[in-house]
Amino acid sequence: MARAVSRNTRIGWTIAAWFVALLIFFPILYAIITSFKTEQEAIAGFDLIPSFTLESYREVQSQFNYFRPFMNSVVIALGSTVLALIVAVPAAWAMAFSPTKRTKDILMWMLSTKMMPAVAVLVPIYLIFLKTGLMDTRIGLVLVLMLMNLPIVVWMLYTYFREIPGEILEAARMDGATLGQEIVHVLTPMAVPGIASTLLLNVILAWNESFWTIQLTTTNAAPLSAFIASFSSPQGLFWAKLSAASVMAIAPILIMGWFSQKQLVRGLTFGAVK
Amino acid sequence: MATRQTQSLAKLMRAPAIILLLIWMIVPLGMTLYYSFLNYNLLNPASTSWAGFFNYKYFYTDPAFWESIWNTLVLVLGVLLITVVGGILIAILIDKPIFGQGIVRILVISPFFVMPPVAALIWKNMIMHPSYGVFADIAKFFGMQPVDWFAQYPLFSIILIVAWQWLPFATLILLTALQSLDGEQMEAAEMDGAPALQRFIYLTLPHMARAITVVVLIQTIFLLGVYAEILVTTNGGPGNASTNLTYLIYRAARLNFDIGGAAAGGIIAVVLANIVAFFLMRAVGKNLD
Repeated sequence: MARAVSRNTRIGWTIAAWFVALLIFFPILYAIITSFKTEQEAIAGFDLIPSFTLESYREVQSQFNYFRPFMNSVVIALGSTVLALIVAVPAAWAMAFSPTKRTKDILMWMLSTKMMPAVAVLVPIYLIFLKTGLMDTRIGLVLVLMLMNLPIVVWMLYTYFREIPGEILEAARMDGATLGQEIVHVLTPMAVPGIASTLLLNVILAWNESFWTIQLTTTNAAPLSAFIASFSSPQGLFWAKLSAASVMAIAPILIMGWFSQKQLVRGLTFGAVK
Repeated sequence: MATRQTQSLAKLMRAPAIILLLIWMIVPLGMTLYYSFLNYNLLNPASTSWAGFFNYKYFYTDPAFWESIWNTLVLVLGVLLITVVGGILIAILIDKPIFGQGIVRILVISPFFVMPPVAALIWKNMIMHPSYGVFADIAKFFGMQPVDWFAQYPLFSIILIVAWQWLPFATLILLTALQSLDGEQMEAAEMDGAPALQRFIYLTLPHMARAITVVVLIQTIFLLGVYAEILVTTNGGPGNASTNLTYLIYRAARLNFDIGGAAAGGIIAVVLANIVAFFLMRAVGKNLD
């Protein structure tokens, strides 16, 4: 970085990098452009300049009641993440600050539950949902996605908490802080950034989850992933409308994702790459 | 520091997460194992009976099973090849002193945040559609016959879509590893006149080895479970040409209502995933110390 690079070399690399980046981004860009086209324009051949109509966005709402799957996604993604945090924060805390000989084994075991292929438990979960009336309910999906992401949440929190220096705790104790004071005044402020990062990554994962959402919902509780998947035949939704629905489905998470690049690496590699 | 009191408090704090995960792991897996030994069809649940190893035998002798194993293998290896090689090249490119590096990064990682059904439908309709897709427009521009991708090359089409989704992940992790590379070492090698290719082979690649391993293993776990991309594009067809193991099991359970058969397939999937997991756990475990 510090080396002097000739201006021409730099411009050359810049052009190459931007070309590749735009190529990779192109499908998303093209969906955004198509969402502002009319249906006739959408299938009229390659064209990067739409007529900037908002018709498709209106239609998606009026024809398909888009707001419902959108709210389902919000409730399911946030609900499962918050629930997972409620269970995971104390656990990760205990493992980071009062480790025992078995802590490492417990962590590895938790990680191993994440390796279980979802399809392996499709049959029992599906039957349980049918028999208990959880099928096509938000609460059912909240529970499943919470359990599915719990290992990642515990792991991420653990790697963040472990970076909080233990000496601070000891100092607080020496000064006579009670456990309650210790948690409120010392640990919480230091733990909040880690908890926030964990929340962000897990909302993204839960929002994009597309196996259980499709298996366990039909209409009432279907979040965006299941809603969009139901339009897999081109007759169901025309392309401009499909694009509008898609753009609205990915926009919030895309923007959150841009802000969570570092947490992404950390969370998805279980701290193996930082 | 750890008094008996804080130790028991810690136990109490750990317990809910451990108990929940224990239930989540043991109960459904136990049920899957049990069902895998039953003749159990949801269309005719009254005639449920003990099947012994019949379901496993049935899977084992079904040509669709072996086709799905082969497709799973091709899908996983194909995506890994594209994402790891592409990821290394793009990471190196982004790491160069370029203008607007932040925006380039954002553009490159974006596909990772696109949910699978949306990614697959954008590719299916707007990029690879035989009459209206961008690929068809390009082919027509050069006076060639447009290709019907999902009919002629179904598995390749799915590999392309899934690789597009995972390329950002590989790039981001390899870039993170690349940026921790010692710049002085690189400069010394450059001053000694080592050509770019040699610097790459002897310095960059070994430095990235660990990150590459992690990318391969983590992606494999997720790639074994590719589902929505197949559902919204080819439905596993034509025939079984793009059916992977996950999709085969889904079809047995949800479309054929064959609970016993799907459960046996699920157990086979667990065994496969565990082989991969074994290596991943070793790689991650080393980092814990």
